[in-house]
Amino acid sequence: MDLSQLTEAIKTGNRKAAAQLTQEAIEAQTDPRSILDSMIVGMDDIGARFQRNEVFVPEMLIAARAMKESMFILEPLLIAAGIRPEFTAIIGTVQGDLHDIGKNLVSMMWKGANFNVVDLGTNVSPERFVEAAKEHNPQIIGLSALLTTTMPSMKSTIEQLRAAGLSTTKIIIGGAPITQEFATQIGADAFAPDAASAVEVARHLVGNKAA
Amino acid sequence: MPSFNHLAIEDPANLIFGFSPRPLVTRRGLTLGGGIVYPEINFTLPTMFVNGETMPEVSRQYREMISGVLKRASELSVPGLVVEFETLPPMTENPDWGMEVTHILLDALHEADVKDGLKSVLRMTPNDTREMVRPPVMRSGKLWENMLELFERAGEAGAELLSIESVGGKEVNDEALQACDVAQVIFALCVMGVRDMRFLWTHIREIADRHHVHAAGDTACGFANTAMVLAEQRLIPRVFAAVVRSISAVRSLAAYEAGAVGPGKDCGYENVILKAITGFPMAMEGKTASCAHFSAVGNVAAAACDTWSNESVQNVRLLGGMAPTCSMEQLAYDVRLFNEAIADGPVAAGFLQRWLVRSDIGLDPQALVLAPESAVQIGREIVGAPNPYRAGVAAGLAAIDLIADAYKDKRLQIPEREVCWLDSIQSALYDLPEDETEFVDTMMDVVDRTTFRPSDYELN
Repeated sequence: MDLSQLTEAIKTGNRKAAAQLTQEAIEAQTDPRSILDSMIVGMDDIGARFQRNEVFVPEMLIAARAMKESMFILEPLLIAAGIRPEFTAIIGTVQGDLHDIGKNLVSMMWKGANFNVVDLGTNVSPERFVEAAKEHNPQIIGLSALLTTTMPSMKSTIEQLRAAGLSTTKIIIGGAPITQEFATQIGADAFAPDAASAVEVARHLVGNKAA
Repeated sequence: MPSFNHLAIEDPANLIFGFSPRPLVTRRGLTLGGGIVYPEINFTLPTMFVNGETMPEVSRQYREMISGVLKRASELSVPGLVVEFETLPPMTENPDWGMEVTHILLDALHEADVKDGLKSVLRMTPNDTREMVRPPVMRSGKLWENMLELFERAGEAGAELLSIESVGGKEVNDEALQACDVAQVIFALCVMGVRDMRFLWTHIREIADRHHVHAAGDTACGFANTAMVLAEQRLIPRVFAAVVRSISAVRSLAAYEAGAVGPGKDCGYENVILKAITGFPMAMEGKTASCAHFSAVGNVAAAACDTWSNESVQNVRLLGGMAPTCSMEQLAYDVRLFNEAIADGPVAAGFLQRWLVRSDIGLDPQALVLAPESAVQIGREIVGAPNPYRAGVAAGLAAIDLIADAYKDKRLQIPEREVCWLDSIQSALYDLPEDETEFVDTMMDVVDRTTFRPSDYELN
């Protein structure tokens, strides 16, 4: 079955069409992996257009919602076929900081790239990050901060994650006052300057060739 | 409780820097809005933890900042000075820490008056720590009590201007901004926000009354400034941010309806609309706040200011000295220019006002809606509405009209990809029901109710 229409429906955020095309693809015995891939192509496309300043967040949001609706239909087949998101990411705003718009955007972008995302919310203590990391065994951990006074919380979180033996998990940090220099200084694996680049950075860190 | 059903300033030419129909006189004799623009400075710590162990260093930092600022202010013969102490969250959660710094600042201001004759006033801005828990507990609990305790003790100690960047409604607004959903924005600002502001500012005004200080004003920082930042990052259209700014005036107005008397908080760019409505003096910030954040309204924001602020600056070393001291110098020269224009008479002041406005308003819709002509038009729509909900709709539609007309007449640049948003926002506003109850009922089925406690907003 030609899945380009499904890709297009995701790109344009047409929820009804995306759901219907997903259902039709399933009924046509299309490989669930191919259906999923066609959705990811759509999300990648809208992500790239977003990065080129051709669309705004709302357009990305409606694409993400269309994908979510289709995934609701597709997910049982993916599970039955043993197909799960290849990578898991944990994300949160560090202790003392309540700002979450940037963190939410990154979370949305990672989900669109088919990462299994565990969002811990805001004001997340280092202990909570460690606990969640042990529970979910993620490849990526994203730390967000907006305040200069909560930047030190990033350092203590990274120290506790490393002390807990999570040395292979890659840590990405971001937020308005964050720089590459600060990321290097506190031992983060990478710095993502914005939500769109957070996908590329994460894919690069886990060695995903789709990057 | 005052309500505003007509404009205090009808003529945009009178919506000008340094003059407010209802000026505010402080204990040391500053007359805010009485014909002089005063600098308003704020400063904050460099990157560091604030806790019991670091408090000695925190205090040292604040002593260093205020002494440098006051020395430079005296050297440059400022006409008076507003110092804002915007606490950091641990200082609001632990009022003893907040008061330790408050006393350092008040003592320094007193000493500068005695030694150098520098007249000043302290604006106290505790954090709205109610959002430290999710969903926020807005009307009770330890966070609420500690916040009020800091207001109370600061007012008693002599901090004359009480302010806050309140957060009521932010639980819904963040999501609304990302989706550019104007109905949710109105629900967040004009239903949730207004209800919380009425509750919060009644308490602040009572504290102010008890200590013979002033309930100054609030800001839609967490709402309209968040939109401004998202627009600057090209995440949402600037036309949407401009509409949010206009609607935000309805929320900020609720503080004055509960008894605030100005000056409104510096980062409330909507203050120009509030000045037109209330006639109270307003703090504004723009180009000299670039140490804190970007804005596309650096000049136009100055057109109607009564105090001119730097927003905030970290205590880091620059070539010219510590950053707060350098920031003080910039503000001092800025206000010299305003006050020289005022001294030259209304014609000269009018020229400066127009230059400040015209240099910005053709380049960004967010600047256009802050022009005195726009502010008067938006303000008129707000005071003519039957309730805050309809006021929000009217303010949004007025902003759209102003932007669309200016774009059509080639007085305003809008990127091509933003033009379609004018129609879609306008349509969304026209689709909203007349009746507030119907709107609230509809929205309660749309918004994520897990993010807030409906009872805190008198909702079911």
